[in-house]
Amino acid sequence: MTTPKPRVGLFVTCLVDFFRPTIGFSAVKLLEDAGCEVSVPAAQTCCGQPAYNSGDRGGARALAEQVIALFEGFDYVVIPSGSCAGMIKVHYPDLFVGEPGWRLRAERLAAKTHELTSFLVDVLGVAPLPVTWEGTATYHDSCSGLRELGLKAQPRRLLSSVEGLAVREMSDPEACCGFGGAFCVKYDEISNAIVDRKAADIKVTGADLLLSGDLGCLLNIAGKLKREGSRVEVRHVAEVLAGMTSGPAIGGTRK
Amino acid sequence: MSLGLTSASFPKNAHAALANPPLLKAIAHIEETLVGGRRRAVDALPEFDALRDAGRDIKAHTLKHLDLYLEAFEKKVVEAGGFVHWAADAAEASRIVLDICQAAGARRVTKGKSMITEEVGLNAFLGANGITPVETDLGEYIIQLRGETPSHIIAPAVHVNKEQVAADFRRVHTDLDPKRNLDEPTSLLAEARGVLRERFLSADVGITGANFLVAETGSTVIVTNEGNGDLTQILPKTHIVLASIEKVVPTLEDVATIMRLLARSATGQEMSVYTTFSTGPRRAGDPDGPEAFHVVLLDNGRSAMLGSEFEDMLRCIRCGACINHCPVYRSIGGHAYGSVYPGPMGSVLTPSLQGLEKAAHLANASTLCGRCESVCPMRIPLPKMLRHWREKEFERHLTPKKARFGLAVWRFFAARPHLYGAATRLAAWGLARLAGKNGALSQVPLADGWTRWRDLPAPEGGTFRTEWAKRGRK
Amino acid sequence: MSSRDAILGRIRRSLGVSGTDATRLAAVHHRLTETPVNVVPARGQLPDAERVELFVRKACEIFATVARLDSRDEVPAAVAEYLRDRNLPQAIRRGEDPRLASLPWEREAQLAVTIGPSVGRDLAGLSHADAGVAETGTVVLTSGVNNPTTLNFLPDHHIVVVDASTIKGDYETVWANLRERFGAGVMPRTVNLVTGPSRSADIEETLLLGAHGPRSLHILVVG
Repeated sequence: MTTPKPRVGLFVTCLVDFFRPTIGFSAVKLLEDAGCEVSVPAAQTCCGQPAYNSGDRGGARALAEQVIALFEGFDYVVIPSGSCAGMIKVHYPDLFVGEPGWRLRAERLAAKTHELTSFLVDVLGVAPLPVTWEGTATYHDSCSGLRELGLKAQPRRLLSSVEGLAVREMSDPEACCGFGGAFCVKYDEISNAIVDRKAADIKVTGADLLLSGDLGCLLNIAGKLKREGSRVEVRHVAEVLAGMTSGPAIGGTRK
Repeated sequence: MSLGLTSASFPKNAHAALANPPLLKAIAHIEETLVGGRRRAVDALPEFDALRDAGRDIKAHTLKHLDLYLEAFEKKVVEAGGFVHWAADAAEASRIVLDICQAAGARRVTKGKSMITEEVGLNAFLGANGITPVETDLGEYIIQLRGETPSHIIAPAVHVNKEQVAADFRRVHTDLDPKRNLDEPTSLLAEARGVLRERFLSADVGITGANFLVAETGSTVIVTNEGNGDLTQILPKTHIVLASIEKVVPTLEDVATIMRLLARSATGQEMSVYTTFSTGPRRAGDPDGPEAFHVVLLDNGRSAMLGSEFEDMLRCIRCGACINHCPVYRSIGGHAYGSVYPGPMGSVLTPSLQGLEKAAHLANASTLCGRCESVCPMRIPLPKMLRHWREKEFERHLTPKKARFGLAVWRFFAARPHLYGAATRLAAWGLARLAGKNGALSQVPLADGWTRWRDLPAPEGGTFRTEWAKRGRK
Repeated sequence: MSSRDAILGRIRRSLGVSGTDATRLAAVHHRLTETPVNVVPARGQLPDAERVELFVRKACEIFATVARLDSRDEVPAAVAEYLRDRNLPQAIRRGEDPRLASLPWEREAQLAVTIGPSVGRDLAGLSHADAGVAETGTVVLTSGVNNPTTLNFLPDHHIVVVDASTIKGDYETVWANLRERFGAGVMPRTVNLVTGPSRSADIEETLLLGAHGPRSLHILVVG
């Protein structure tokens, strides 16, 4: 008797959908290589975090209902973002205080929702298929993933199986990059000062590749590095793990 | 209220701070000194996280029984021969302190470092009534000479460099020999020590805050490194303690637990140099100590925080760890917040104390990175409370119109997947075309907040959902 | 209404509780009388000799200096030696504490010993600690008729005698001893926990010793 394949709903996230589908395809490849049956519900948009962090609970709640209804039928929900996974895992249940029916649905969804690297390591316990990347990378720990979900070892464990790749840590990989959603445009000058420090920390490592698990941070850091004329490539960790690195890096020049 | 509350002009303040290289250099030290110190101290104590849980539980228990512990504390102070005064707000607290000073015929008053006296604006009030207290903590003394407010709750003069201190001493200490070398921190300290020693010995009243009020014994506790707090409270005939109501803890055991967290979180010390328990005035036959002992208990909005979503904030022990680890504070320093308390703890507390209208920027000026909560010894969920303030701002329609409009547009599309798909498809395609081979944009309409400082990486072209559908997948 | 009643009333309203609720009163009474111990670090829980060694190590880490003496009769000579080593006048001020008064001061003919609180003119003060705490190298000093608090803060040099047998692993043990001596819920007027010499880092975060209190703390561990 063979165990049926776990049915995974991929929540691709609004940023990946818009800016970088490669991350979504990398996630699909990693999940399918790991023996999952992957679906991507077409009606997905956003997890509601922008509203939630702007104080608009009503707006966040409306989107949370949408996401719950769309994804609750899967065995697992996997997200290539610690920030969006944190929204569903940690914050969704709080949006339905005093509504036992919805709250239960939110809690059930939270329990089966996982950030991609955590799902591969903590839930499936698999190593990705062998891939190669010649070079030195440094890894930025995105805030929500690190502090809401405890992501730290998982991406590094997965990266350790990449042939030819050396990881050199920043002096403070856990420091915020200054993205913070609307913060980066509302308080852009402060956001810039923060990402400035991050860029400097990256440069000191001498790495030629900056990896992370959240596209928000990656856009911010890549945008900063590009403006400074840095040659450091910026990619989502899933791209390297899936070997889908033939296209240009984030913000990188196209052929 | 104390001088210079400018939270409403936070972005302007931040802009000025970012154009102040000496300030930025001073703040940069924090990484090695305070942040590094804390990390080393925490690593050296395996029970640190268990102590954090215990500390949180002590404060949570105390807050649920705050009325009873305050009554117990008051009873013990009175039994020891001291006086307890209750102040509903800042004005009443200042008035009580002034009355005690006047009744004691005080001309000279010294002060230990106390954020609560900053909160009530005590120095300005006493000064307006003919009594100017001399700050005796070295950092507080320096900023008093400069006519400034503290920029950090435990390192009030962290923004000042030694050349500035030397200039201030030469300006104010008129007896100072112009040839005296003040190039080094040691010589500056010696100068301040000499001047302040005289002040200590001639003071009529000493005013301190308290890190703890112990209900079991009626003791007030101060935790300091310099010894100035002790000289302030033992030398004058009258000692006044001004403390907010949430400083009470049940027992000495509870003090011990929180003490183990406080200095490690604040400066990376295992213990501050002086932890002093004062209980009532001097006893019969005692060779020294104050003859009168007054405790002023201040509410100033705290009782209303109980039972609200901000109750957890009352667990705060003012260690400053959240401030030291905050990427925003580390970019702009403390004064830009324009509030008595800077950093994450200040951004949660200030709207409670001053009203959300004046302080709405503070809750928004955070990336919600969560590092504050991760280092808070009392495990206060600071990001959650910042978000609560944002919710209150949104509910009360205080959110700026532009942001509200943007949110409404986004919400409209996000709730309509088909429209959303079409709109994002078009925008992604357009931006990708616009960026061309460069792969990034240095200017984007409506996004100048982003592109002023960094390029915007261009979308790859098609959205994921379009590409996915093209492959015939579901 | 007095502010006292207003504040207590507001607290009770916010919490939705009453000040006469028997369960609440019992919880508070229990905590204040049973004084439960919370988390105590394992670090100080050591056999006697090792505990004293930890105390010495911890005190030295935070810039105190320590001398070990076999008997309390050696204290006057140790004081004289300390003053000599630092080129200080042979003069010390102390309280009337019998533990200090009974020492053989006559053996140090050069040493001028004065008695009483400090008014800020003494270069060196001598106190007897009631206890030490090994966990952080802390000495515990209590005020009283024979123990002026000013001696702990005004002299430039503070010498503290502590009996090795009173060095405990943690603060909680010291609290228990205080309750035994002074009664439950009763404290001496001033209890000073002193951990190293006075210091400040308020100028450019540079650590400097001797801010307002003593520049140096010298601990004589007896036994």
